[in-house]
Amino acid sequence: MAGALNAALRDELAADPNVVVFGEDVGPLGGVFRVTDGLHAEFGEARVWDSPLAESGIVGTAIGMAMYGLRPVVEMQFDAFSYPAFEQIVSHVAKMRNRTRGRVTLPLVIRIPCAGGIGGVEHHSDSSEAYWTHTPGLTVVTPSNPADAYSMLREAIRSDDPVIFMEPKSRYWAKAAVELPVQTEPFDRAVVVREGTDVTLIAYGPTVKTALETADLASEEDLSVEVIDLRSLSPFDDETVGASVRKTHRAAVLHEAAQFSGYGAEVAARVTEREFYHLAAPILRITGFDIPYPSPKLEEFYLPTPERILNALGTWEWEA
Amino acid sequence: MRFNPALTSVFGRKMVPMSLNVETRAPVVLPDPEPLRLIDDTGRAVPVKRRQGFELPSDERLLELYRAMVVARRWDTQVTALTRQGRLATYPSALGQEATEIGSVLALEKTDWLFPTYRDSIALMTRGINPVEILSGFRGDWHSGWDPHAHRTSTQSTPLATQALHAVGMGMAAKLRGDSVATLTFVGDGATSEGDTHEAFNFAGVWQTPTVFIIQNNQFAISVPLAKQTRARTLADRAIGYGVPGYYVDGNDAAAVHAIVTAALDRARSGDGPTIIECVTYRIEAHTNSDDPSRYRSSSDVTEWKSRDPLERLEKYLVSQKMLTDAVRESINTDAEKMAELTRDEMNAEVSHDPMELFENVYAAERPGLREQRDFLAAEIAAEAAAAVGSGVAS
Ligand SMILES: Cc1ncc(C[n+]2csc(CCOP(=O)(O)OP(=O)(O)O)c2C)c(N)n1
Repeated sequence: MAGALNAALRDELAADPNVVVFGEDVGPLGGVFRVTDGLHAEFGEARVWDSPLAESGIVGTAIGMAMYGLRPVVEMQFDAFSYPAFEQIVSHVAKMRNRTRGRVTLPLVIRIPCAGGIGGVEHHSDSSEAYWTHTPGLTVVTPSNPADAYSMLREAIRSDDPVIFMEPKSRYWAKAAVELPVQTEPFDRAVVVREGTDVTLIAYGPTVKTALETADLASEEDLSVEVIDLRSLSPFDDETVGASVRKTHRAAVLHEAAQFSGYGAEVAARVTEREFYHLAAPILRITGFDIPYPSPKLEEFYLPTPERILNALGTWEWEA
Repeated sequence: MRFNPALTSVFGRKMVPMSLNVETRAPVVLPDPEPLRLIDDTGRAVPVKRRQGFELPSDERLLELYRAMVVARRWDTQVTALTRQGRLATYPSALGQEATEIGSVLALEKTDWLFPTYRDSIALMTRGINPVEILSGFRGDWHSGWDPHAHRTSTQSTPLATQALHAVGMGMAAKLRGDSVATLTFVGDGATSEGDTHEAFNFAGVWQTPTVFIIQNNQFAISVPLAKQTRARTLADRAIGYGVPGYYVDGNDAAAVHAIVTAALDRARSGDGPTIIECVTYRIEAHTNSDDPSRYRSSSDVTEWKSRDPLERLEKYLVSQKMLTDAVRESINTDAEKMAELTRDEMNAEVSHDPMELFENVYAAERPGLREQRDFLAAEIAAEAAAAVGSGVAS
């Protein structure tokens, strides 16, 4: 998937002279995850460069560039290191268009490697999506596979809205036979990645893979699981999710982030409000615990596994 | 014009440029601790040898500055009065800071960009933005009222120091495109303690962006005096740490402010990088209308600073140069009164607000979820209107 992201950046840099890429170590090194590998050499210092090490500065200057007509793509090195940029993102990136009655457009992309599962020490495995999705004005998307990574990043760069682009670190090394360029569904659409009839598992980013594994496991127990990859967290594709729930009558939402006030709460509430009469059971949240993200030796107990998910589905009050 | 021409004496000994043994990254020196002043308190031109290499602007230019400052003060006073009458929700006045505000903004070219704070309304007015558009946010109509692209002037930033980074970023964009455009931003003395000020200075230094930072040192951050923000000798001293030229300026001397900002902007546009300029002035009014300065400063301080009034100083100089004839004075006063009247009229007129606009311009792309909420509010308003008609209540 890192390769697909790299190709998307390369193709956008080549297609549009206004696209610039900067951040910490994104130049000659190619980023700590190598997503910007080779771009500095290919496009030069005026298009791809290492900035000083300061996240508020990176996002704040990207705002000024976007106001001037550039399309900056900036990288936050890790999820937890996006927090110094919180004020710039929430108070300016998200609001500028509205504050100016549409006169200022900020076409910028903030790439954030996110979530855990890679044995990272503390502050390297956060799932911060709810901070961003709770902020009107932001578009928040997350790919789960190489084809989407390519297509969605290109779409994000072309979007006139600022986009928080969350890249699940555990999927960086995911391989798939994809011929590039590839265009997948528009990024505001959720996609049913596996059809089923008994229950809908709503997943995104790193948990899509877990959900698919769960579906495999469930099929051995005669439970037919439908898996939805949300792809976009904000906006939320009510239509695709609603259609699935009206078919299966049961849904669970998966994420790595802590449960309390997490993104799953929004999903459960929305779907319940809209599809209550089609639901045979309450919507479950199968998520991380309400604790700080654990140390590498303990993260296996924290992350939802297919077994845990299946057990959770088994404890449901099933109604005939 | 020279930039930091002399080695500066600090702690009684000669300071040498910052890098003796390390590789020279930027040969800058500490600013002169004696504030740059071209016209002194009494309205007399400062001797050439004390002008740090800067020239006094022409008499015509000084008259233009004076005219704009008189208009600005009249306007600021008018807006404060309207605020007391309840026409505005709040207004942060810049009374007493006209030399810094106007001296800076009149140095900008049309193609340059300004990144202001809530304090800088008079600078916006001087830049030609319509008063109602400036006051849109303070009246509570809409957060920001003008088209930033039309005036090359960003929104008034309230989150302190954040706008300084926008100025640096835009400067970088202009530089990348090879445009001869400078960006200028105001930062308050209190706001220099914010991390974004540091990041902005540093990014500007590293990237050599065409950015001019005006630290508007009006002595207070709401109630907190400068001594509680910094232990540094001056705020301009910080510049040396970023490898950027720094200047310490009498912010009540419009001539000095204008000369140095003009030079710094020229320098920026010709590709020589950023400049940090501290202008020392004083906030005569309260922080905003809801502030009570008697809780944190004595009225004798205010009186003392009133005696260093930036308008009176320039006026005395212009009188000595025989530039202020009765006819000129009258035309300036007419301009000022016209602007005040226009503002009074426009601010006293009722404006209508469209609640449906709340949902516009949140995103460029259409959002179904937002459309639903919009429809909800529209239905609620329609139902209320229908109920009012039904019960015979005039709406
Ligand atoms: C990040 C942030 N923190 C706090 C505030 C609240 N606040 C508004 S103005 C102000 C004082 C700022 O003082 P200074 O920078 O010296 O500018 P001045 O108001 O004197 O022009 C404070 C604390 C704010 N607007 N933004």
